[in-house]
Amino acid sequence: MAVLVDNDTKLCISGITGREGTFHSLNNRSYGTQVVSGVTPGKGGQDVEGIPVFDTFHAAVAETGANTAMIFVPPRFAADSILEAEDAGIELIVAITEGIPAHDELKVYNHLKRNPNVRLVGPNCPGILSPGKANVGIIPASFFSPGNVGVVSRSGTLTYQIGNELAQAGFGNSSIVGIGGDPVPGSSFIDIIELFEADPETELIVLSGEIGGDAEEQAADYIADHVTKPVVAYIAGFTAPPGKTMGHAGAIVSGSKGTAAAKAEALEAKGVRVGRTPTEVAEIAVETLRG
Amino acid sequence: MDLLEYQGKKLFAKHGVPVPEGRPATTVDQAVSAADELGYPVVVKAQVLIGGRGKAGGIKVAKDQAEAREYAEAILGMDIKGHTVNELYMERASEIDEEYYAAFVFDRSAKKPMAMFSKMGGMDVEAIAETDPEAMRMLHVDPLIGFQDFHGRRLAFEAGIAADVIRPVGALLAKLYETFVAEDAMLVEVNPLLITKSREVVALDAKVTLDGNALYRHPEHADLGDVGAADPQEKMAKERGLTYVKLDGDIGILGNGAGLVMSTLDVVAQAGGQPANFLDAGGGSKAEAITSAVEVILSDPKVKAVLFNIFGGIARCDEVAKGLIEAFAQIEPTVPFVVRLDGTNDKEGRALLAEANLPNVHTETTMLGAAKRVVELASETSGAQA
Repeated sequence: MAVLVDNDTKLCISGITGREGTFHSLNNRSYGTQVVSGVTPGKGGQDVEGIPVFDTFHAAVAETGANTAMIFVPPRFAADSILEAEDAGIELIVAITEGIPAHDELKVYNHLKRNPNVRLVGPNCPGILSPGKANVGIIPASFFSPGNVGVVSRSGTLTYQIGNELAQAGFGNSSIVGIGGDPVPGSSFIDIIELFEADPETELIVLSGEIGGDAEEQAADYIADHVTKPVVAYIAGFTAPPGKTMGHAGAIVSGSKGTAAAKAEALEAKGVRVGRTPTEVAEIAVETLRG
Repeated sequence: MDLLEYQGKKLFAKHGVPVPEGRPATTVDQAVSAADELGYPVVVKAQVLIGGRGKAGGIKVAKDQAEAREYAEAILGMDIKGHTVNELYMERASEIDEEYYAAFVFDRSAKKPMAMFSKMGGMDVEAIAETDPEAMRMLHVDPLIGFQDFHGRRLAFEAGIAADVIRPVGALLAKLYETFVAEDAMLVEVNPLLITKSREVVALDAKVTLDGNALYRHPEHADLGDVGAADPQEKMAKERGLTYVKLDGDIGILGNGAGLVMSTLDVVAQAGGQPANFLDAGGGSKAEAITSAVEVILSDPKVKAVLFNIFGGIARCDEVAKGLIEAFAQIEPTVPFVVRLDGTNDKEGRALLAEANLPNVHTETTMLGAAKRVVELASETSGAQA
């Protein structure tokens, strides 16, 4: 078991013929992911190292049975590509693209919410890795092995840091889900924690958050009411000054709202242990798992 | 990206939100001739990205040319809470009858635009909430449908404004929403929203924040913001396409990935140090980008030591090492560097650094070890200088 991506994933990549798109599509395939097709308007009929390319998502779904989409196109085309994937009946859309305008994300989010059969992860995320099963995105899979820790994070490299420290202590992962650093993520911490709670393979959940918004505070309430598995959290950005965007479009303290301190407090108030450093997060996780 | 008042008002006017007539000015002479054109009385307003301008003496009403000159001279160059006034906005004075508050904010929690309206304008939102929480009326707008007439009516009736201005206030709110969406704003705020003695509805102030990710469809926005106030390092970084934020400390930081860099700042602070900057060299960190980033970090004279914290994913540690070696060849830094390379091609990267044997470059294997080391080195440097 794992969440979201596994041996049944049939991946179609929007933007497969671009340089980065090709590189990561092939990477995902060599990891063992079933990469069944790609979409680039105007390049239908071509192939990328044997992966057939279609002009539309609709054709790709009809011809190859794709159930998962990865979005790799530039920001100005990304919202449209997500909407096309949904319209074609794709169930899981993973948007890697960084830099999509926030108002486009609002429209996409509110439209997709009306379809109970579709889930968006991202945008501006590293994707999803279920070690030993499938890799959809840009997570460097070689650092991770199969195991029982589920990780959900707003940041890519920070996830690798925490995952690597867990790996050094001998613990692997059920799945690693990057929900992305934008103001309107398609999936929230809560959406992914709900999946980990239901996943029999996952024994502990790591939540890696950062400044901006109130997704961590909402997750704290949800965990208290609905989660039986232990959760260990990390929050980045204690030293971030208010009003400055710290790399991720969503990582901004607005006035007194969205601070790291408030998030850590909210989580601790609900009984979630918060590590002060990525190393401490791994230590707490290891201690909890060894019981 | 935060806009100055007059820049925000220009966007308002473009979408039909009524604003008083005005002209920006960067010199006293420009200000006086703008005042003459507008006619007296005229309001002289400091253009800075900080609230409380009025209380700080940054807004004055001039009744004639002599006063316009006197106030322009006084306000230009004035310091308001750490912000230097580089620009003025000269505006025709309005006769105030009532002051309301109106805003559209990007509600990340609900993932919808939120309209806010109150008849208690002129004070800030927190003060309104404290004085009378019920006075601030709020509702969410479905972004797929947009702001409807009923939204405006509901806000106006619930706020309890006078009957004669319900329609014009509703019309203004609709135009404000249009500005919010069409200009890709994260915030549009009007405080106060003025009802004049002749019962006209006018936006007397404008606070607008634009979405930097939407700049590609608004090339005309590229030069907005308080350009004169930009920090030299932030300016330099922007020109080079680097994600850099200036901080107060003396330890330069370079990492890859926003979350890891934020975490690095925190860990350095926990080790007793003070970061000088946030710099995300990004996923594709090629050698040239690293060299370029080192130049930006070292151009800040406060920097006494630099920490590289790289966890290679897409970014390759050997590329980072090459960039650092090249930076040493080009700019011969005098401050110590601590380098922690982990992840993709870390062995190759460490080997390159060992071979180059750069002066005063220390390698560490863990993030915590690297943070402690750089804090020690920075304090030694300060000791030597003192």
